[in-house]
Amino acid sequence: MSIEMPNRNRPLAASIQDKDVILQANNLKVHFHLDEGRLKSVDGVDLIIRKGKTLGIVGESGCGKSVTSQALLRIVPKPGQVEGEILLKRNGGEETAEVVDLVKLEADGKEIRDVRGGEIAMIFQEPMKAFSPIHTIGDQIMEAILLHRTKDKKEAREIGLETLASVGMSNPKQRLDEYPHQLSGGMRQRAMIAMALASHPKILIADEPTTALDVTVQAQVLTLINELKEKLNTSVVFITHDLGVIAEMSDEVAVMYLGKVVEYTDVDTLFYGPRHPYTKALLNSIPSVTNRNTRLESIEGTVPYPMNLPEGCGFYSRCPKAQSGVCNAADIPLIKVRDNHYVRCLFAEDQNTGGEGQ
Amino acid sequence: MSVREADLGRGHDAVQGDVILNVQSLKKYFPIKKGFLQKTVGYVKAVDDVSFYIREGETFGLVGESGCGKTTLGRCVLRAIEPTEGSTVFKDREGRVSDLNELDNKELRKLRRDIQLIFQDPYSSLNPRMTVQNIVAEPLICNGIAHGDELRSRVRQLIEMVGLNSRHMDRYPHAFSGGQRQRIGIARALATNPRFVVCDEAVSALDVSVQAQILNLLQDLQRQLSLSYLFISHDLGVIQHISDRVGVMYVGRMVETARTEDLFRRPRHPYTEALLSAKPVPDPRRKSERIVLQGEVANPAKPPSGCYFHPRCPYAQEICKLQKPEWRKVGEDHFVACHLADELTLQGAIGS
Repeated sequence: MSIEMPNRNRPLAASIQDKDVILQANNLKVHFHLDEGRLKSVDGVDLIIRKGKTLGIVGESGCGKSVTSQALLRIVPKPGQVEGEILLKRNGGEETAEVVDLVKLEADGKEIRDVRGGEIAMIFQEPMKAFSPIHTIGDQIMEAILLHRTKDKKEAREIGLETLASVGMSNPKQRLDEYPHQLSGGMRQRAMIAMALASHPKILIADEPTTALDVTVQAQVLTLINELKEKLNTSVVFITHDLGVIAEMSDEVAVMYLGKVVEYTDVDTLFYGPRHPYTKALLNSIPSVTNRNTRLESIEGTVPYPMNLPEGCGFYSRCPKAQSGVCNAADIPLIKVRDNHYVRCLFAEDQNTGGEGQ
Repeated sequence: MSVREADLGRGHDAVQGDVILNVQSLKKYFPIKKGFLQKTVGYVKAVDDVSFYIREGETFGLVGESGCGKTTLGRCVLRAIEPTEGSTVFKDREGRVSDLNELDNKELRKLRRDIQLIFQDPYSSLNPRMTVQNIVAEPLICNGIAHGDELRSRVRQLIEMVGLNSRHMDRYPHAFSGGQRQRIGIARALATNPRFVVCDEAVSALDVSVQAQILNLLQDLQRQLSLSYLFISHDLGVIQHISDRVGVMYVGRMVETARTEDLFRRPRHPYTEALLSAKPVPDPRRKSERIVLQGEVANPAKPPSGCYFHPRCPYAQEICKLQKPEWRKVGEDHFVACHLADELTLQGAIGS
């Protein structure tokens, strides 16, 4: 077998030293020490975020995709503990840029607060929760601008107005003085994107930003995020459970299962040559016109509870290819099968046939 | 009562095949009340003059965006809420035909065992204080279908039919995962051996791999028990997969019904076209030129004039603002409410 055994600490070939990489997460772990045991919500995740590109993170509920994104901002709820490395190029990622390890920063210190909203901004699934109901949209957008861009209130208002207009908000001047409840769902989502973008972040983390929206409004928001990404050269981390949205938005994709990345590659390879059994099963379980009147390939059983897990592959109990004594003996490393294609499966090399996309 | 067999096909220009349910001009208006005297100042037309039919053993998919009235329509068909106007003609297991909207409570009760509902949220639709055994047994007891040993064995049979282990019958809902709870909901709905089941967003709360399990289960059960489904969902992929025919709703009105193939290949209503094009396709090589609709869904309390879709419709003309479009037949099993249906050639989701 010609498998290149990975360096335990850094399985991915790219690194923060590369010119186009702006953030790198190494062996990122978020563990919750609870009375019942240790809940490994994120357990050894490696990610690369490139300048002006979109990294999609996809997985089912409870796979740790949201917690991963929270860890990048160090906003993991207590008693979560973040371990590993999150290397960020500060000051816009110029060559002379200083590299900071976000994990080493104090969770409520000055520097991380400068990064939050400044270099890395986030938009959430439920805009009603992200906005304070008792302040106007304008005040909330201006707060971010005053913190990160200017000290002048008048100028901040100008910038706020500009940003609102740039996200396609109708009648931005009036909206600035309205409260969140006065906007519709799609408008609120636009306002939140405006708030995130007002401080010109280098990285935009979007955690299921369209899940609560109708498809026609979702189409508007997805188009908007893509346009802004082009215009501002922002990197996007797009988290969703919807493989259709992943196909639409991503350049590279990380598939997560039980707190681990199980497959990591570019979007075309993911849909046309997936290697991990979980990715294949996930793709085959999407209902669509090509598999009409046929049974969907469902995955037997359910995701195990991520507490006190046994050794070995997390997908072992549901995998059609699982072999006792092999898959459940030790933790499976992320293996490079091709350039820019990493799979956490011992049989990845034998599965050349790949699952077909459509 | 003057409902006859012929009424099952009424109003749809000679429908072929055995119709089990025929809905005619169904309306549900909710009054908007204001002030101290609670004067009615207007109506939310949640369901506004909707007609469709469902054949025996068929799945009719109902799709639309939130607030378009799909759930209200589903509930009106069951008469779980009282419709304002219209008729719902249903054929029961003995072949008797009756209009559900004209029945009194006693007659309706008898028919209830033939019509059941599967809910969206498997967390709130099961009583947390009842064991699975009791949850599934309840409809059997209420309808006086079984008791004693017979009851217990029927419940066991149902539990096993939906793919759960009958040893877990004495557990409470919290011990089950989302997918398993949805199976319990299905077992409860099928307990009375119904002929017609309304599935209201039955898989929307589930992850895609579990969703596939439940969709497979629903299709297997349909074949085994020759059920007819009214399948309500906002997810076009799911609708496309499970339905024989599809109805598209927009702000309380049905805008198009057609066979699934026809609807996805050649839609006749601009809203259907936009909806199909807005759906993200799980294929990175097909980043389609999508039609992005401007604006948002109209407010059903203050709908626009004429065709409700005209403010967002890229093809809208003067007539669309002035006149409400007629509901008319444009092909076999294909109905549409659009003034321009004959002139437009619209893009489907699958190659034409």
